[in-house]
Amino acid sequence: MGLLSKKDAKLIMDPLLDNNPITIQVLGICSALAITAELKASIVMAVSVMFVLGMGNVVISLMRNIIPSKIRIIVQLVVVAALVIIVDLVLKAFAYELSKTLSVFVGLIITNCIIMGRFEAFALANKPWRSFLDGIGNALGYGLILIIVGFFRELLGSGTLLGFKVLGDPIEKTGVYSIGYENNGFMLLSPMALIIVGLIIWVQRSRNTTLIED
Amino acid sequence: MEHLELFFKSIFIDNMVFATFLGMCSYLAVSKKVSTAVGMGAAVIFVLAVTVPLNWLLDQYILQDGALAWLGPEYAQYDLSFLSFILFIATIATMVQLVEIVVEKFSPSLYNSLGIFLPLIAVNCAILGGSLFMQSREIETIGLALNYGVASGIGWFLAIVAIAAIREKIRYSNVPAPLRGLGITFIITGLMAIGFMSFGGMLTSSGNKEEADTENVGVKTEMLQQEKIESTQIVEVSKITKQ
Repeated sequence: MGLLSKKDAKLIMDPLLDNNPITIQVLGICSALAITAELKASIVMAVSVMFVLGMGNVVISLMRNIIPSKIRIIVQLVVVAALVIIVDLVLKAFAYELSKTLSVFVGLIITNCIIMGRFEAFALANKPWRSFLDGIGNALGYGLILIIVGFFRELLGSGTLLGFKVLGDPIEKTGVYSIGYENNGFMLLSPMALIIVGLIIWVQRSRNTTLIED
Repeated sequence: MEHLELFFKSIFIDNMVFATFLGMCSYLAVSKKVSTAVGMGAAVIFVLAVTVPLNWLLDQYILQDGALAWLGPEYAQYDLSFLSFILFIATIATMVQLVEIVVEKFSPSLYNSLGIFLPLIAVNCAILGGSLFMQSREIETIGLALNYGVASGIGWFLAIVAIAAIREKIRYSNVPAPLRGLGITFIITGLMAIGFMSFGGMLTSSGNKEEADTENVGVKTEMLQQEKIESTQIVEVSKITKQ
């Protein structure tokens, strides 16, 4: 990474694994689980959060010295809300079907704890460029989990990826369906998202035993 | 009857935590002990009961398409619904602050038990989610909006108290080390959500959810059939071109 110093690179790489916002910091779970039944929706959600978090971190970081600390939560909420309105309008204009699937969850990016969490923990105390990197890094870590969960849920639940039938056609019995494979409709239901995240945490903590609680 | 149905539907079938994953962050963070979970749950019920009807009024008289008609006929053309996120969250943040001040003044004992949770609530997705679902489900009267707010609050309360009780017990169980804490909580929540899904059959006679589900299935099969038709057409076309 020629552009970034080692410290800056760390800001991006850390949240991807050892300080992942979802599995370690426990932030931003609400929206992460409800929309992961399809890979496409997960990717759009990840990109939206990246935009909001990156931009929001910069704006808050620029204003960090003039925000009175008593009303900072309201100021932060207004900044996020403005950015989320932009995302919502863009989605409605260019991907109307998808914005219907995401329904209220685009709006819920406002209260996504990752965003407030990073504002409070990082942007209020750091310069804009570093805050921007921190925002992008955390959004990538968030997106990574979303995409893993979305991948498994769509593959096992409907046998497709991004809408392409990678496992064959369940009606004409081609591909793996010809040998009696069936889609597991259960994967499309919301509880499975929780269980998959639980399993991701299990794998991650078995690989890195320093993360184990208690 | 309508009220009763919405009440039970919001508590059990559309439970905020188990069906829509709202308020998961505080749900996971504050559920280590039953006593704190009760405090947090009570605060959520309280704030939802205040903000949902308030946002209903805002939605009905300011934000909806043509809602400004009460100002005069020339205002009837405005549609301010794109402002709903910012207005809802502003209402919630100010209400939470107000509630905190009022409770501190008039009931110090309640403040002591709710106090620390109130600031957390402004950024709890369950609160904003309550208002946004109220908007997208087009709840008709303010009475129903109040009912919806209280009932979804109670649903959230039940969920957090239940998980806190389970977490207190599970401390003494031999859970695999990497799953301890967060991991097992996720999996238990998933299992509880599966349990709550069985309430789905409770209001089948008149529940809208079932209808929506069958509609969805219908749309999906239609889409599949269309795709099939298209693909057979493509095959035919390619046959023709080969000939």
